[in-house]
Amino acid sequence: MQANSVADTPDMMVEIDDVQLTYPGGTLAVEHLDMRVQRGQFIAVVGPSGCGKSSLMKLASGLVLPSHGGIKVAGQKVRGPVKIVGMAFQNPTLLPWRTTLDNLLLPLEIVQPYRGRFRAEKRQFEADVRALLATVGLDGFAERFPWQLSGGMQQRASLCRALIHQPQLLMLDEPFGALDAFTREELWDVLQDIWMQRGFTTVLVTHDLREAVYLADRVLVMSARPGRIIADHVVDLPRPRNLDTSFLPHFTDLVHELRDLIRAERAGA
Amino acid sequence: MNRRRLGQAMPYLTVIGLLIVWELVCIVLDIPEFILPRPSRVAVVLVQDFGAIWFHAQHTLYTTIVGFAIAVGFGMALGVLVGSSQLAYQGLYPVLVGFNSVPKVAVVPLLVVWFGIGTVPAVITAFLLSFFPVAVNVATGLATLEPELADVLRALGASKLDIIRKVGLPRSLPYFFASLKVAITLAFVGSVIAETLASDQGIGTLVEQASANFKVPLVFAGLVVVAALGIAMYALFAVIERKTTRWAIRAVDVPIGG
Repeated sequence: MQANSVADTPDMMVEIDDVQLTYPGGTLAVEHLDMRVQRGQFIAVVGPSGCGKSSLMKLASGLVLPSHGGIKVAGQKVRGPVKIVGMAFQNPTLLPWRTTLDNLLLPLEIVQPYRGRFRAEKRQFEADVRALLATVGLDGFAERFPWQLSGGMQQRASLCRALIHQPQLLMLDEPFGALDAFTREELWDVLQDIWMQRGFTTVLVTHDLREAVYLADRVLVMSARPGRIIADHVVDLPRPRNLDTSFLPHFTDLVHELRDLIRAERAGA
Repeated sequence: MNRRRLGQAMPYLTVIGLLIVWELVCIVLDIPEFILPRPSRVAVVLVQDFGAIWFHAQHTLYTTIVGFAIAVGFGMALGVLVGSSQLAYQGLYPVLVGFNSVPKVAVVPLLVVWFGIGTVPAVITAFLLSFFPVAVNVATGLATLEPELADVLRALGASKLDIIRKVGLPRSLPYFFASLKVAITLAFVGSVIAETLASDQGIGTLVEQASANFKVPLVFAGLVVVAALGIAMYALFAVIERKTTRWAIRAVDVPIGG
């Protein structure tokens, strides 16, 4: 740790300090990446495609280690997979041979301390899964197989799977990217509700600027590759936001500002 | 409804049609029995010599199943290794492809040198012919795991073994069962080849000796029995496949809205 790095503060969930990531083969994915996420905050990261947003996901969850610089999650230096992280992607990746219930139990079969208690407390875990499914409007679908669910429902289930082990940090990589506009807006509200109830920290990687402004407390803009943060916009819209919020002039102004930034960045790249 | 029933009857109708054409061609062209016997004649021989044919068929069935069983165990282990380790894949894949392109008929004489004439070369030939599709299919199932899913699990602290056990193996099951259908028929081919070249028992031996004595109807009767056994085994594994991996065959299921 450098002495000149920003002082550690106990309420920081993610601290990324001057991180560089080079993939084997020499591709520089991110460089001089600095990022701070406060505990409980909802952050959106936007940027031109190929800017290293997915690398950011892997770095913060400990799946890859930085070539240079340091990362802390919940005050702990990241040296390997960070188990207090839940992840969901554009592809819901539910297992087709497991029911929705069993799909959601999967993380509990793997992560400690649940893993050790799994046999003894399976009944309790099942009840937890059903309760979580109910909060995203999937009550009654626990026994269905994923391929019996629509795309939006699969994505709700995928979100639940990311949350079932009560992670402190939720990392989402374009989770709603493959959904139609109506389903997507529905899921914005689902995510906002569950985040407001549970208070976990969220990092949402997206290229939908309306989505970023609708959901986030802060929107970070990443540069073209090698990615770093070039702008940090606070979204001061009141919560809970709803579809009316998205028609306010202030909302539209924020989206336009972000769009201009990214357009300039794309032109420069 | 009628069309569906017709569809179900088509395999039988086709076979009966072919047999009738065959019978008629033999009669009209007056083909000698030692060139191409009429199917009715084959049927008669099949009934007459059933005792001898069944004795040899049992032996073929036995060598096939033993060779096949070894192939399934070995093929699965090899598939898991190649499918889950990049290094094993890079090292073994070219070797396997090279090995698979060697015609197994050419290996049988070598097996005879090593193990003598009889059951062992037949079992080994059946094994050699049938392990490859099992290994390749299991490896494919494991290797085509979605990287995002692996990330989700790895972030939770899942070990490589966890991922293979919870996701890789169940995922490769449809591939595995599909390969069994192919492998069992190949195992039959292997057994019969080895028996033809180097055995005193089995359908291959029976066919070889019968053709040497110009008992061509008996040759055909032997072939009919091998085909019947092959079809029966194929059907058995097709049923097992459908029962165990219903989730992978879901064309008829319609997703519900919402």
